[in-house]
Amino acid sequence: MSSAPFLIDNADAQSSRSDVLKDRILPALLAGALGLALLYGAGFAETAQLHNAAHDGRHSAGFPCH
Amino acid sequence: MLRMMAVIPPVFRVIDMLNLSNLRMIAVSALWSGLWAGLLLTAAQSVQVIPTLLQAEVYEEKAAIANHMPADSGIDQTNQQEEEVWQPRNGWERTFFTALANVSLGVGFALLLGAASAFRGGIGNWRNGLLWGLAGYAIFFAAPSLGLPPEVPGVEAADLKDRQVWWLMTVFDTAIGLWLLVFSKTGLNKLFGALLLVSPHLIGAPQPDMHNSAAPVELENTFIVATAAANALFWLALGGLMGLFSRKDLEFKE
Repeated sequence: MSSAPFLIDNADAQSSRSDVLKDRILPALLAGALGLALLYGAGFAETAQLHNAAHDGRHSAGFPCH
Repeated sequence: MLRMMAVIPPVFRVIDMLNLSNLRMIAVSALWSGLWAGLLLTAAQSVQVIPTLLQAEVYEEKAAIANHMPADSGIDQTNQQEEEVWQPRNGWERTFFTALANVSLGVGFALLLGAASAFRGGIGNWRNGLLWGLAGYAIFFAAPSLGLPPEVPGVEAADLKDRQVWWLMTVFDTAIGLWLLVFSKTGLNKLFGALLLVSPHLIGAPQPDMHNSAAPVELENTFIVATAAANALFWLALGGLMGLFSRKDLEFKE
């Protein structure tokens, strides 16, 4: 049970767990946050100028608009 | 080793914790997909969506003159400064800003697609991309439209905040529900997903006390059909392009 391959497997499992966070979860969360910020600006922000500029786009996308 | 870790400023440790090349891959493919899908949407809108909207605006302005009310162009209808607020002039200026809004929405939606698919190991190819796009269409257009159909200007609707809350809740519930239905392995989770899918519609969207509209009903119906078609094209293009541009699976250290 305490053979070398077993120990190596165990170490690999631990490092791959932190790699999932680093390679997958953090980039996804950052990309998602960036996307939400863009969608808020184009679709929801109530600044009159932004609303007027994006007006037709919002109506077409079916966003609740004025 | 531990001594070295302590010397590195925390900011760099955070950057070191993040696979920047995967983030860049999602961002770059989202930029390109959003750009092309947004431009395609702008072209598709010019067929029927924008003409219908402009027609409805004529009715809206007529009704506004009849009621001695300023035409609806901003946030607060009682605001006297409303008419001074900048808005793009009809013609190329208005089309340009609509295209800009479409591309911004495209990039934003593409980033969300990229983020969601990263949890499943990336999209892979354009065929899978079409499926992801179809899911986006269901989540961000079809489901909210069941309760709050896209409206031309001049249609009386319920309070904006209430509609935004219902819209967000519906998008959120549909996204989680669809995810559970498609990806979860247990029947109980799938059932929970199905419940999430239908719950916003059981609650019901906020409706106005009276359904008044400056535009005729036919115009309202044309607008619903036109936006449904234009958005379907947009989402399929967006998903397909995301699949094409991010074909390479996310990098993983073996």
